[in-house]
Amino acid sequence: MTTPVLSVQELSKVYGEGDAQVRALRGVSLTVERGDYVAIMGASGSGKSTLMNILGCLDVPSSGRYLIDGADVGALEERQLAVLRNRKIGFVFQSFNLIPRMSALANVELPMAYGGVGAAERRARALAALEQVGLSDRVRHEPNELSGGQQQRVAVARALVTAPSLLLADEPTGNLDTASTGDVLEILDRLSASGRTIVIITHEDDVAAHAKRVIRLVDGQIVEDRRQAPVDGPPPRMPEVPA
Amino acid sequence: MSWFEILRFALRGLAANKLRSFLTTLGILIGVGAVILLVAFGEGASQSIQQSIQRLGSNTLTISASFSGGGFGGGGGGGGGQAGGPRTQARQLTLEDARALADREQAPSVRSVSPVVTASSATAVHEGASHTISQLVGTYPSYFEATNKPVTSGAYFVNDDVLAARKVMVIGRTVAEELFGAADPVGRRVSVSGVPFTVVGVLKELGSSGMQDADDVAIVPLPAVQQSLTGFGALGSIIVQATGAGTTESAQAEVTAVLNQRHDITPTGTADYRILNQATLQETVSSTIGVFTALLGAVAAISLLVGGIGITNIMLVTVTERTREIGIRKAIGAPRSAILGQFLLEATVLSLVGGLSGVAIAFVGTRFTIAGIEPVIVPSSIALALGVSVGIGLFFGSYPANRAAKLRPIQALRHE
Repeated sequence: MTTPVLSVQELSKVYGEGDAQVRALRGVSLTVERGDYVAIMGASGSGKSTLMNILGCLDVPSSGRYLIDGADVGALEERQLAVLRNRKIGFVFQSFNLIPRMSALANVELPMAYGGVGAAERRARALAALEQVGLSDRVRHEPNELSGGQQQRVAVARALVTAPSLLLADEPTGNLDTASTGDVLEILDRLSASGRTIVIITHEDDVAAHAKRVIRLVDGQIVEDRRQAPVDGPPPRMPEVPA
Repeated sequence: MSWFEILRFALRGLAANKLRSFLTTLGILIGVGAVILLVAFGEGASQSIQQSIQRLGSNTLTISASFSGGGFGGGGGGGGGQAGGPRTQARQLTLEDARALADREQAPSVRSVSPVVTASSATAVHEGASHTISQLVGTYPSYFEATNKPVTSGAYFVNDDVLAARKVMVIGRTVAEELFGAADPVGRRVSVSGVPFTVVGVLKELGSSGMQDADDVAIVPLPAVQQSLTGFGALGSIIVQATGAGTTESAQAEVTAVLNQRHDITPTGTADYRILNQATLQETVSSTIGVFTALLGAVAAISLLVGGIGITNIMLVTVTERTREIGIRKAIGAPRSAILGQFLLEATVLSLVGGLSGVAIAFVGTRFTIAGIEPVIVPSSIALALGVSVGIGLFFGSYPANRAAKLRPIQALRHE
């Protein structure tokens, strides 16, 4: 058995102090193997976004251990953390979070610029990633010239362009219409089929149905952990694409 | 992540909001330009004033009669002025006073003594052209040297002319132009109040200083003007030239002693004359100019401060507004140094471009003469203005950027 991509033990997160204290996570333990496609479900306030932000190294837990590819995140310095976010994690936000007034291409190139990839290679890889999400004809467009679905696809391209060990998506279809949702889920299915490890947050059953494994969170604790398909197989909703 | 890359991000950040970048640059430009221009203006004024004082001659004393009672209207007539109240009778300055001052025994520090009478507004006529000379000075030849008035064409009059009371005249540039136009006035005759004078020389152009045209002047031998215009009364003033710049003080003491004795003034009494020391005057004016320059500097400093607050404001707004962008950049793996570098470079580019164009504008501005003053650029003001504006830009650009870069990505992302 190889090292799990992601492993958290007894993770908890407390916001505020005194009477206003909120315990968003109450001891979450979770292991995700390489190539898995995990959907984390839960109602609003169940702590799923908090969990996601900690998994993406955007926030720090109040207690507990978090390992990515065997490396303890809590022990890393600011600088190493930046490298980790850059190399190991691709994050897709619900609200896209593209940088305004920068073309789709420049947005996708950005992580590689911070990662120190040379200009020529950067361009080639960004164009390839945009082609993968079907936006080859939109590379020069700025975010405000793109539809929501297109923006989210640019964000996915940006997340996967550094070939991260882990692709995290926080309600990626939350702001999208049905057609765009289909587009984005199809892209995620294909990425999963090609062996990428994906963790997605959603509250929609349709979206969760695409995942190989579904975890349900209630009040900051895991209440259900159900496998829908084997880790090394194709995602369940992907019959039409030949493997 | 190379610095070149960060610079590209910075430039892209600036280009993303062109109007704001332009206005910030403009603020710095005005601040820097104002400082350099105002200091240059002050420096120019101070230099021009100092030059015009130096033209007066530095080691001369001007003695004039003073009437502390104040009621004496100067007609130059005999009889002397009556001071009001219990004061002793005030005396006019006389030619005898001047002769006494020229005594080497009593006043060894005195090099020359020039008694002066002045007839104001004498009308001179030459072949139909008429001009009212604002200052007609009757004096001795030593006057030219003492007051630093060289001639450009012709010659001075000499002591013989004075002894013989010859009607000769040295005129200023303005008088020459008014009466003779482009023609050479030397050797021509001019009639002043009906008395014919022969022009023997033309003074070098002095330029106007303040309200009075220093070139609207004619200088004639003392007896000539007394005979024909003012009468043999009191002197208007006596100009004493000291033997050197270092002896003006002792010359002043000697002159005081001689005049006190001649005018019967006790050591406790009030003198009926006044001594104006050019060196003292120069010092006074210099210190006045110092205050003036400091004032201009203060005004300039305030404009720089306002400019600096402008930069501060824009930088704070820029960074706060882009906290979310900083969060996104951090989320995709930007190290803190890259974010800080980007904002620092943005601030540097803005302040440098603004500052340098301010310097350029100031250089252009100082080519023009403002209100008769030619501005003189002071190099240290350039360094100061640039340094302060760039410093402010960097500090207030880096402080909020550093704060934002230190945030956890999620905090920055949630910032609205």
